[in-house]
Amino acid sequence: MAQHSSKGARFQAVTANRLSDGEVVYLTADNQWAETFPAADIADGPEAGDALMARALPADFELHVLEPYLFEVLQDGTDYKPASVREIIRAAGPTVRLDLGKQADAKRES
Amino acid sequence: MYRYDEFDHQLVGDRVKQFRGQVERRVSGELTEDAFKPLRLMNGVYLQLHAYMLRVAIPYGTLSSKQLRMQAHIARKYDRGYGHFTTRQNIQFNWPALDKIPDLLEELATVEMHAIQTSGNCIRNVTSDQYAAAIDGEVEDPRIISEIIRQWSTFHPEFTYLPRKFKIAVTGHDNDRAAIKLHDIGIVIKQNELGDVGYEIHVGGGQGRTPFIAKKMADFVPKAQLLAYLEAVMRVYNMLGRRDNSYKARIKIMVHETGEVEMRRLIEAEFAKIDASQMLAVPQAEIDRISAYFASPEFETLPATSPALDAAKTQDADFARWVRANVVAHKQDGYAIVNISLKPIGGVPGDATDVQMEAVADLAERYSFDEIRVTHEQNLVLPHIRLDDLKTVYDALNAHELATANLGLISDTIACPGLDYCNLANARSIPLAQEISERFADLDRQYDIGELKIKISGCINACGHHHVGHIGILGVDKKGTEFYQISLGGSADENASIGTITGRAFTEETIVDAIETVVTTYTDMRQTDERFIDTFRRVGLDPFKERLYAE
Repeated sequence: MAQHSSKGARFQAVTANRLSDGEVVYLTADNQWAETFPAADIADGPEAGDALMARALPADFELHVLEPYLFEVLQDGTDYKPASVREIIRAAGPTVRLDLGKQADAKRES
Repeated sequence: MYRYDEFDHQLVGDRVKQFRGQVERRVSGELTEDAFKPLRLMNGVYLQLHAYMLRVAIPYGTLSSKQLRMQAHIARKYDRGYGHFTTRQNIQFNWPALDKIPDLLEELATVEMHAIQTSGNCIRNVTSDQYAAAIDGEVEDPRIISEIIRQWSTFHPEFTYLPRKFKIAVTGHDNDRAAIKLHDIGIVIKQNELGDVGYEIHVGGGQGRTPFIAKKMADFVPKAQLLAYLEAVMRVYNMLGRRDNSYKARIKIMVHETGEVEMRRLIEAEFAKIDASQMLAVPQAEIDRISAYFASPEFETLPATSPALDAAKTQDADFARWVRANVVAHKQDGYAIVNISLKPIGGVPGDATDVQMEAVADLAERYSFDEIRVTHEQNLVLPHIRLDDLKTVYDALNAHELATANLGLISDTIACPGLDYCNLANARSIPLAQEISERFADLDRQYDIGELKIKISGCINACGHHHVGHIGILGVDKKGTEFYQISLGGSADENASIGTITGRAFTEETIVDAIETVVTTYTDMRQTDERFIDTFRRVGLDPFKERLYAE
């Protein structure tokens, strides 16, 4: 598994792909898997990051998601956003097909 | 076209049933992801950034209209209305749901297709020349031996757990369109002075993080001994190839570390061990059966020129340009090979919609003896079109935005899916291909620049073949931001070469300007009718470097 969070990262979240269809999901504060990044629980500091990751590992999640990992998040005013291009793309969809992925779902809902 | 026999049908049908059971056990929790992952990979199912991806094998890049229509159906029913043709002549679907993939594979099997040999450390789907059986000067249709290799290698128990994946390409022509020197084994069909047909064997080519041009291991392996010779190569690799480090596990590393002479000795020693009386040979009746499927279509006897074509070219300048760029001479008088560019200006290289696939399938059925080819440069080919039908075919393609007249030109880019889709990528490839094609959109300028192959990879695994691009572009990640490194002078043809890196990488904002600088450096320096690659080989890297990094 590649490293998706830098050593000095302050804020982190946990993401995975849903087993049934591969959809990108995020671990929420109440230990659910949500489809949108704003619903993700954000850990502040390395210890909170480790604790967040530990919550993603129970065996029963094997039935729902695969390959959970921590990734770096940046504070953006009162909001958060993924730090890397990779995670920005995972949170939105292909930049070359704005009609597909989460970005398209968000557009349809608005 | 090869047609399945009862064994092929049973093999593929059983595989679908087996995979259905494996998916059910994964979903029920009986199988962990660790246990399931190698099983799904053996069935072409990868996990990408946004969803699963299914890679479907198109053996030696040949499809019937029925098979292509099935891809359109799959795109519509199981995916998001499009497919992506790859540099391995395969097709990938970017959004299938795991629990629906067994149904998808069952439908695929009805047109004699599958996803076997598209992943894992086995002998992968065999690739070949997209102009097979249509181009003049071919020794033999390379698809016959490709099909024999496909059958021999499918589920071969000795070669199912190799140190790493293994790719074989075959050509029957001196002009190499199958990039055989960039494969683990590249086979060139040759005829010797006695008139016998045999095989020249190249071993140890490849790209990835350590690119190598294959070394010629045998000048002429007689026809009857080919599978035994391949078996000897595979055995040497299976025994001595590295399994401790996946980055060093391909046969190219073994050939490099062992040395060409010693490698040849090892293969010949292994080959000599194979008892002539027990040598694996395909029965003549089976060779005849397979060859019959690739018998030449029943071409009409036609004149070498077509007044209808000449008149249409005079009346329609766009058509004339398309003929000039995308149509290639056929071996049979009165026919032509039509290349369908999947590189519209600003489009996604290699993508085709369900409707486009159906349009091409209709044209193939009606005008091209029911055959379509996929090229490793991510385009399609209608191999046998009558000159008299070219205008009709062009008009139909044009109506579906499939008539871009840019074959082999700067906008005919190879690009991997990159960070828009791929889990391994460090940077995006597709947007760069789009920007380059938009920058050079003017076809007259493209014709003036001439043959220029740009190849873009979003990571060092080199799926976009950047090492062998005349201009290669490699996307790299620096602290979560994309940068692009340029290499020049690569080539994938019979004069294969690996490109040389120009220097420090460019940003997303400056890379297209840098490509333009490379192009103008070439046009300023070229001699009459000199192609980019020839100018580069004459003047070397320095003039390009000076212009690229001038302060």
